[in-house]
Amino acid sequence: MINPLWAAGDLCGRVEAVKAETVDAATLVIRPGRGWIAHRPGQWVPIGVDIRGRRHWRTFSLSSAPGRPDGCVTITVKAARGGFVSTYLVRRTEPGTVIRLGRPEGEFVLPEPLPPRLLFVTAGSGITPVMAMLDGLLSSVRAVTGPDVVLVHSAPERDEVIFGGRLRSLAARCAWLRLHERHTRSEGRLRPADLARLCPDWTARAVWVCGPPAMLDEIARHWTGPADRLHVERFRPVPVPMIGGSGGRVRFTGSGREADADGSTPLLVVGEGAGVLMPSGCRMGICYSCVARLRSGRVRDMRTGQVHGDEGDMIQTCVSAAAGPVEIEL
Amino acid sequence: MPGTSSPTSVDTEEFGRELDKLRDEVIASLGERDAGYIRRLIAIQRKLELSGRALLFASWVPTAWVAGTAALATAKILENMEIGHNVLHGQWDWMRDPKIHSTTWEWDTASPADQWKHSHNFVHHTWTNVLGKDRDIGYSALRISPEQHWHPIYLAQPFYNALLALFFEYGIAIYDLELERIPSGRKDPKEALAQLRAVAAKIRRQIVKDYVAFPLLAGPAFLPVLLGNMTANLARNVWAHTIIFCGHFPEGAEVFTEDRLEGETRGEWYVRQLLGSCNIDGGRLFHIMSGNLSHQIEHHLFPDLPSNRYAEIAPRVRALCERFGLPYTSGSLARQTGSVWKRVLRMALPGPRRQPSSAVPPERMLKAVA
Repeated sequence: MINPLWAAGDLCGRVEAVKAETVDAATLVIRPGRGWIAHRPGQWVPIGVDIRGRRHWRTFSLSSAPGRPDGCVTITVKAARGGFVSTYLVRRTEPGTVIRLGRPEGEFVLPEPLPPRLLFVTAGSGITPVMAMLDGLLSSVRAVTGPDVVLVHSAPERDEVIFGGRLRSLAARCAWLRLHERHTRSEGRLRPADLARLCPDWTARAVWVCGPPAMLDEIARHWTGPADRLHVERFRPVPVPMIGGSGGRVRFTGSGREADADGSTPLLVVGEGAGVLMPSGCRMGICYSCVARLRSGRVRDMRTGQVHGDEGDMIQTCVSAAAGPVEIEL
Repeated sequence: MPGTSSPTSVDTEEFGRELDKLRDEVIASLGERDAGYIRRLIAIQRKLELSGRALLFASWVPTAWVAGTAALATAKILENMEIGHNVLHGQWDWMRDPKIHSTTWEWDTASPADQWKHSHNFVHHTWTNVLGKDRDIGYSALRISPEQHWHPIYLAQPFYNALLALFFEYGIAIYDLELERIPSGRKDPKEALAQLRAVAAKIRRQIVKDYVAFPLLAGPAFLPVLLGNMTANLARNVWAHTIIFCGHFPEGAEVFTEDRLEGETRGEWYVRQLLGSCNIDGGRLFHIMSGNLSHQIEHHLFPDLPSNRYAEIAPRVRALCERFGLPYTSGSLARQTGSVWKRVLRMALPGPRRQPSSAVPPERMLKAVA
């Protein structure tokens, strides 16, 4: 009521500044409110942002190391094509905006103690968690005893390298860091063979890879080192609005029951048919006795035909049908 | 016009489609303005409650007592009606804010939210004004329609309706237990007992807060604070009773028999909601203080649309009713309250004989337009 950042229970953050990184990426400097737990470099955080009155949750890697002098953390967002939330964050967020924060999570982090030789392979906005790790290394590593770090980063062009300037000056300043920048529009996509050329001992290093799924898969296939030394971070694909959406497999995660549903049967009926204890009421979409949490997938509002649903949404099962595979927490 | 279906049922469905369109239109346009409205209102309510309680601490000054009590009563009314009732309807679920959500909200009244959601959102809003189905007809204690059988007990109903007004929140909480269904075995007594415990826990909390904790905190102002809190609670009860009784009981509101429900279409459902509900005329502040239940018709047609939109769509609903030749009952608070009390007094006595609206009233009601 007085200051959202003081409120307990509902963790908030205030956007203090928005800095453009490239034409379509920006860094949001966020002051976390009471209850924020310091993250580890490389972790991601769920961000809840209200757009046109509706709350949308997405996860983003934190691009700063903990312990910034101003007490803030940063996320760096690339406006994805068709990405409703990312575009809003990059283009429309004003300093002063209050957002919700989840807990920082993820295992894409540096171990203690540090391995002597590290390799980071990143592409596009995949640099963001690695930027936080480099920042963390910068403040903890002494040049003489520091580890040997190689960063191979891909972006379409020089101008489109997120953190381009910072990475280049960091590499110039720090003897322990070798930077290979690859501009894919002229040089083509990075292949495992290129990696072996740029960093001949790559399979002998501890490796962190973050970028598009195709790159991750290819590197994982060519990896010959011990499995626990290859760390892969997959960004969740941006949800694409589904066309059609004619039913699918429905899984009720609480009861472990499953059923096939067509696109014209309410999830309430599907659940009841599968023997799930479904809360219910009016069965016509007015009383909200039947709402349940959506864990994954999207549903169709049978009244409007609109396909909707994000992870964690409370949906009215009596007027929602499956639009593809769906998981309901019941 | 298509040959097979009768013109009137075609009209009923057309009426329903027009309302569906209106609903879709509102839903598509929900946004920041609406979210801002409910958040602002909640902030105002909290500030009112805080300042009311603070003023009451200084209640050795008579004006402070009056102002504090008025602020607290206003806060409690807002909390119950425009905020609580409407949040629990799921009107604000679309914002996906877990703090303002029908599944997480709890309110300052004796009825636990989940029990009330069942008896109100489901039973009352689905079976509105259907005898034997909608328990809200007279709240199973009053005879408000000639179709209800008369019993000598009803001679006392003007008296106990006044009493019900004063203690409305407890009346509603007990009513939600559906005790009258236990003898016939339609309600498990164990379930009723568990519900009763939940109600008792809520009442206890309210009593401790309003009649023990805050008066004690006020020290020497113990008694005036206690009386202020009590006055605020009673004022809220009387106000809620007055507004809610104007929703379905004034002259013009119809009751229906169960056969009406058989094969009821979307359009027929809309018509039943319309015929069973009455609006109260008033200004913006009045509508907010009544939880927009002054737009009872719009609320019953679209129980899950945000209440701040009812005033906006009311003229369009009214125009639709005119176009389809359907009645749209509305009147001033004084007139509607007078009408309710007239009914309560009249129905205390036996008679008059009258058949409730039959299974096929739209035909009677609808004048063909097309």
